[in-house]
Amino acid sequence: MEFLVASSVGIMTAAGVYLLLRGRTFPVVLGLALLSYAINAFLFAMGRLTIHQPPLVSAAASGYTDPLPQALVLTAIVISFGMTAVIVVMALRAFLESGDDDVDLLGERRTRPGQAQ
Amino acid sequence: MNHWIILPILMPALVAPLIALTARHDIVLARIFSVGATVLLLGLALMLTGVASAGEAQVYLLGNWVAPFGIVLVLDRLSALMLTLTAVLGLAVLLYAINGWDKRGPHFHSLFQFQLMGINGAFLTGDLFNLFVFFEVLLIASYGLMVHGGGAARIKAGVQYVIVNLLGSTLFLVAVGLIYSVTGTLNMADLAQRVALVASADQGLLHAGALLLLLVFGIKAALVPMQFWLPGTYALAPAPVAALFAIMTKVGAYSIIRVFTLIFGGEGVAALATPWLLPAALVTLVLGMLGVLAARALGQLVSFAVIASMGTLLAAVALFTPASVSAALYYLVHSTLVAGALFLIVDLVGERRPGHGDSLTVAPVFAHGGVIAALFFLGAIAMAGMPPLSGFIGKLLILDGVRGHAAANWIWGAILGTSLLGLLGFARAGSTLFWKSVSVDGAFAAPEGPAPMLPFVTAGLLLAASVLITIFAGVLSGYLDDTAAQLFDTQRYIDAVLGQARVGVR
Repeated sequence: MEFLVASSVGIMTAAGVYLLLRGRTFPVVLGLALLSYAINAFLFAMGRLTIHQPPLVSAAASGYTDPLPQALVLTAIVISFGMTAVIVVMALRAFLESGDDDVDLLGERRTRPGQAQ
Repeated sequence: MNHWIILPILMPALVAPLIALTARHDIVLARIFSVGATVLLLGLALMLTGVASAGEAQVYLLGNWVAPFGIVLVLDRLSALMLTLTAVLGLAVLLYAINGWDKRGPHFHSLFQFQLMGINGAFLTGDLFNLFVFFEVLLIASYGLMVHGGGAARIKAGVQYVIVNLLGSTLFLVAVGLIYSVTGTLNMADLAQRVALVASADQGLLHAGALLLLLVFGIKAALVPMQFWLPGTYALAPAPVAALFAIMTKVGAYSIIRVFTLIFGGEGVAALATPWLLPAALVTLVLGMLGVLAARALGQLVSFAVIASMGTLLAAVALFTPASVSAALYYLVHSTLVAGALFLIVDLVGERRPGHGDSLTVAPVFAHGGVIAALFFLGAIAMAGMPPLSGFIGKLLILDGVRGHAAANWIWGAILGTSLLGLLGFARAGSTLFWKSVSVDGAFAAPEGPAPMLPFVTAGLLLAASVLITIFAGVLSGYLDDTAAQLFDTQRYIDAVLGQARVGVR
């Protein structure tokens, strides 16, 4: 199981970093999403991989699994979901306003928008 | 337990939705709420500074859970100082924005309050994961503020800003994960005790986590090689937002100081953080000042000046001695105030030169050139570090604070050499914008009606604050010496946090 989790985190991170380095916003957004999947799996595993154990200390069970990473992962998932929504909307808006979806800034434009008129 | 400690987070958190829900169509009402809340915040911050300067770190247990099981807020001298600085800058920026910037897009005031909430939270929290959460709060508000007013170029810059920071947040989570996996805690005071007990086989993971944290805070603090996002973002952000962002780089610097004095402090820090932080900071300083020299627009120039100031600040921080940290904190206060003022001045210049904006081109005379030139002159003197303003004292304190360290020659050389570059850059910009304009025929039309006083007053107020910390440098640096002493007395911090008893329990 360790190998499966570790390699999936590694592969998702590698794919995420590759996509993040692309020049257009759509692959970059996908790359960020992949990276956040990888990190969520990673965070989940940081409390050690334990199966068939309750997340509470109980006299009946022989041990317990660390509940804190699960709570942290939940927070991280909510935040990364929200952030993905934000970046999608901003990338769309940038595409609609400028007519292209390059990540680069507009040429060498030096004046501030709204002040050129 | 002092319940006032949570108010700097709670109040903006309540005012922001209140503005969004009740005052979304009434800009006057939104302004009243927003300014009122920020004035209260300033009063609160000053009161908390009074509380903190008594000496002991004040601990607030959220939900009455004892540390390290619950999240704690900790108010010490450093957090109180940062809260006050945020409130001062926030109030000035807000007063500038209500002159018209806040009407150029929806929800400026709600986002502004959420931003203040995130910044205050980051300064108060005593929990590493909670720090991540407050980073996200302040970032998500800053994404909204960054693209306030719209425009293709600004939204493109906004997308870049969001991408860089999302990557930073991802790295933050990796770092938190690594540190948790070997220590089993995320409470900073508890971590400070546990890192010493980590098994030698796990030291590699712990150090990787610590250096990743340094990288993440370096992204926030625009440390080379992670400085590339800053000029585009700051130069294209709306002026008041860029001025407010002057505190955002300091959130990164604050986090470096906090984490690497408390958690990875003591002997370890010299081996862990200094070898990376010090060279990076010196390169940041040189690169920033070269950028000042090469900038083609005033907004860009000030952005690079911010990068250079972060370099100066972090070079002093990197030594992690009480004297150097105290000097760095003085420079932090100074550079926040002055950078805020300069971004407002950039806007004053830009909006009066239609067609030219803030680019460093020779253009005809524009309205109120004299007043703006005077403000720019003061700001440039302070930023370049010329006497008599606070930049000079800040650099002097840093030069004095690093004396005796093995790398002192490098730091002295870099700071003194780049000061000259900065002076040249600012002098060139000022003479192009204000003096050479006389040689061009014609003049830009003055804005109709009487000129609003508020923008000049607020930019002036920030510069006046710089003058104030120059006059009262002795008082401030006395407070900062105590702050640095408190930072390095980690055992008292740990005892205060872990010894805090629950309320209402015998």
